[in-house]
Amino acid sequence: MKAKVYVTLKPSVLDPQGKAIKHSVELLGFSGISDIRQGKYFEIAIEGPLNVDQAREEAVRMAHDVLSNPIIEDFRVEIEE
Amino acid sequence: MEPITPEVIAAHNLTPEEFTHIKELLGREPNLVELGVFSVMWSEHCSYKSSRIHLKRLPITGERVIVPPGENAGVVDLGDGWCAAFKIESHNHPSFIEPFQGAATGVGGILRDIFTMGARPIAALNSLRFGSLDDPKNGHRNRSLLAGVVAGIAHYGNAFGVPTVGGEVSFDDAYAFNPLVNAFALGLVRKDQIFFGKATGVGNPVLYVGAKTGRDGIHGATMASAEFDEEALEKRPTVQVGDPFLEKLLLEACLEAMRSGAVAGIQDMGAAGLTCSTCEMAARAGTGIEIDLSLVPQRETGMTAYEMLLSESQERMLIVAHKGREREVGDIFRKWDLDAVVIGQVRDDGRMRVTHNSEIVCDVPVKALTDEAPVYERPMKPMSLNAGSADVSSADASQARVPPLSQDISTGSSVRADALNADGTSALPANTSPQNYNEALLHLLSSPNLASKEWVYRQYDHMVRTNTAVLPGADAAVVRIKETRRALAISLDGNGRYCAANPRAGARLMVAEAARNVVCVGAQPIAITNCLNFASPERPEVMWAFSEVIDGIAEACRAFNTPVVSGNVSFYNETEGRGILPTPVIGMVGLMEDVKRVIQPGFKNAGDFIALLGATHDDLSISEYASVCGVQSDDPRVPTLDLEAELAVQTACLRAAEAGLLRSAHDCGDGGLAVALAECCFSSLNREVFGADLDITGDYDLATRLFSETPSRIIISFDESSLGDIEEVVAAAGCPMTLLGNVGADRLRIESDGEEVIQLDVAELESAWRSSLKDKLQAEVLAAGAE
Amino acid sequence: MKFGVVVFPGSNCDHDAYHVISKHVGQPVDFIWHRETDLRSYDAIIIPGGFSYGDYLRAGALARFSPVMNSVKEFAAKGNLVLGICNGFQILCEAGLLPGALIRNRGLHFICDHVNVRVESNNTPFTHELKAGGVLRLPIAHADGNFVCDDATLDELRREDRIVLRYCDRDGQITDAANPNGSRDNIAGICNHERNVMGLMPHPERACEDLLGSSDGRDVFRSLAGTLAAAA
Repeated sequence: MKAKVYVTLKPSVLDPQGKAIKHSVELLGFSGISDIRQGKYFEIAIEGPLNVDQAREEAVRMAHDVLSNPIIEDFRVEIEE
Repeated sequence: MEPITPEVIAAHNLTPEEFTHIKELLGREPNLVELGVFSVMWSEHCSYKSSRIHLKRLPITGERVIVPPGENAGVVDLGDGWCAAFKIESHNHPSFIEPFQGAATGVGGILRDIFTMGARPIAALNSLRFGSLDDPKNGHRNRSLLAGVVAGIAHYGNAFGVPTVGGEVSFDDAYAFNPLVNAFALGLVRKDQIFFGKATGVGNPVLYVGAKTGRDGIHGATMASAEFDEEALEKRPTVQVGDPFLEKLLLEACLEAMRSGAVAGIQDMGAAGLTCSTCEMAARAGTGIEIDLSLVPQRETGMTAYEMLLSESQERMLIVAHKGREREVGDIFRKWDLDAVVIGQVRDDGRMRVTHNSEIVCDVPVKALTDEAPVYERPMKPMSLNAGSADVSSADASQARVPPLSQDISTGSSVRADALNADGTSALPANTSPQNYNEALLHLLSSPNLASKEWVYRQYDHMVRTNTAVLPGADAAVVRIKETRRALAISLDGNGRYCAANPRAGARLMVAEAARNVVCVGAQPIAITNCLNFASPERPEVMWAFSEVIDGIAEACRAFNTPVVSGNVSFYNETEGRGILPTPVIGMVGLMEDVKRVIQPGFKNAGDFIALLGATHDDLSISEYASVCGVQSDDPRVPTLDLEAELAVQTACLRAAEAGLLRSAHDCGDGGLAVALAECCFSSLNREVFGADLDITGDYDLATRLFSETPSRIIISFDESSLGDIEEVVAAAGCPMTLLGNVGADRLRIESDGEEVIQLDVAELESAWRSSLKDKLQAEVLAAGAE
Repeated sequence: MKFGVVVFPGSNCDHDAYHVISKHVGQPVDFIWHRETDLRSYDAIIIPGGFSYGDYLRAGALARFSPVMNSVKEFAAKGNLVLGICNGFQILCEAGLLPGALIRNRGLHFICDHVNVRVESNNTPFTHELKAGGVLRLPIAHADGNFVCDDATLDELRREDRIVLRYCDRDGQITDAANPNGSRDNIAGICNHERNVMGLMPHPERACEDLLGSSDGRDVFRSLAGTLAAAA
């Protein structure tokens, strides 16, 4: 089983890297882009007896306690069987 | 196992003759693993096969030399039991393929070379060369390369915790497809605690410590020994990824293990990884070594013996421990969360024996890999000096696989013209009229080679460890030695244009400039390291230039009594037949007895006298002025260096500095007198700008007096009351001195024969100088980041 | 009075802090390995700069899971003094000992330079020897020094006089041009509600000798030592 965790800056927090990336992308001629936010992506390989719900619970706890900083970041968890 | 066909041999960059020699040495055919081992050990990068016979001519002994070239780094004595270990090394090829990781791992490699000796790194510098930032075709790529390399150096050095205190950055289209990234590091070690890469003590256990082995950089060493073509760019996976955090742990663990007394010998796994470290350690000790690859910590699964032996995974070391103390070493590394595994032992049979899954996969005499490596006395052909007519194509007739070089390698003048045209900067009229000197000076100060490199060094932590007594931007970096009153001054200097026009004279000039830079901050030059960057040694004119450069360095180093204690040769810096200029980079280290006597380039006090040590001559033909302002010369020649005059100037400056007579000192080098004077006026950390009122009436035409790059000149300033003492010191040294004027408020005013020739607001000059590079780079490479 | 300098894997300003305490403050000081948990013998703890755990994940994020950090929390809860410098500030924020967070500089680059900061509050154990409104010249060296917090937090910091240092120009004016990293409200250093925990991005330990360009940082350590001496 694999847990996928996506961590992004909260919409209210300025993202200087995302802004720079957007600028570069526009320089290359891509148009119609209103915003780019960058973030982090984690793949967590899970072994053992956990079922999907338990695995999700574990991944959410991990995401909340370690992988993200709740003051500035949001996260989203997906489980792939 | 794959049969050894001529194609396989060629793919390993071995010639048929070399392969025959391998068979003779072994008395049989090598297997593929052994072929791989020979190919890296006999590569140019590891064996110095083309350069070795020339390098012998360098002076390597002196009263301060504790460890001459041959170890991981050279070591010199600083007094009171303290020594400095230092070295410079190139990471040109990897940095072109992947600038960030290439430069980062270059820094990582040189730092390991230093702490392998038992020394804690206290300073890093680097010498960088790129193609023109303004080139319409390649400018964008050149800017990206620069930004990537600088970010990579910052990434590694900052996290590791070594201050990057200085260096040089310069631009010339000859480096557009072969940027140069030369990394220097220096560390401190007690004289009785120096460690060596020797596998001593038969039966002693061999430990693998540090990061796990992956498939990184397999054949990096052979890559660095071949020319580039478009295909090489596709070889991206061979570039290693550095982990400065792991290296920091490795540093602390290694130093702690060394202090424990359990370590007999230690060697970095750099180029050619496990192969090179095992056989070199055995070769230095005259022993043999046996390792079992099955025991090596691995990051990936299914790695073959070939891959493990040639992997260039970073942040790994090989340690020979004293028998019975391996557990102690292991415990120390575990404390730092690092692997430490016994993978073999030292033997007495002079062989390198490698097993994998209980099978012997490599069994060769250590000496066959090291001492028996080929030595070439490659053909040399002088290129005609100072004229643009080196007959490159006929020289290459016998080297069918090496296409002719574009002409710019042999002449300074054609490079100049190229750079200028490509650059698109508005050239001044050839006959610069007096009213244009203001403009010429502004132009020069904002040209990439002379402009402030603040954009670069602001990204490096140059203050960590709290020893940096002179911040980046001065003639030389100064780091104090906390445990003593002493300090070390370090300068890196290279100039491909000079060396292309006259390699021997160019090399002498570089040593002289590096020594002068160190003197300008108040230190006595004591030793050098060098990084010799050249195109293919298979070209007779390149080999000739190399040989000339060696003789130039040797001559100058003898004159300054600064032996060469370490160094690195980087050949094959050419892409698609276009080679770099011959570019030796000199890393000069100087010692000052009292750090409180440190001198900086900036003026200190309005009213102080300003004087020039040394004399100005007509050395304008390959100057920045000629290049930037488009003044062509029919007779391009490098500045004339008189070593005795140079020594007199340096002695005068040093004695005056030691006597506490100087308020400032600044090398009058690239860009000439006017540029150097402007730099002395610029603001610095703790003061606003100063101005200066000067009279430069004298011989030669005005442009020459303002912008000639005559070496052996230093601008000093001092209190009026010191004049008598200074005249005495200077006369005793046999050095000419000319009083130029006084430090003023906020304008730079230069007159000649009663006429004002330069009159500018220093703030305006400084802003042109300070913002030039930032504007070029911030605008495009970093886009939104700057706002 | 005894100081402790915490050493995480990847700390690299630990020696600098140690040097200043022993040489310039003239007090006993120990390195505290991050796995240690007994802080009873210390009167003040410094969390030094560097790249703890390589700054991987987020600057300071992994260091907060080191065993020593629970002890640091207890140590602080008892009212003892804790000073976090640069990476130490990041760690204190991640650990929840200080509010807000430090994200990538707005210019994206690592910046090493001398900057000016204005003393906003001298009502802390770390700054009482400084003049309120005075300007200090201190080095910064970071890639993630851009202080962010929500409006409520900023209000609270202001209300409670917990903003200790702000980036300013030479004359002490708070301007955007003087803000090197984009920090909200030009904030360079803050303290907690109880005022015994302070974090700052600039490096006062690098500014204790004229030889190194500035000695403005000495008063921070003098304040700290003065507080401890008064308490003894």
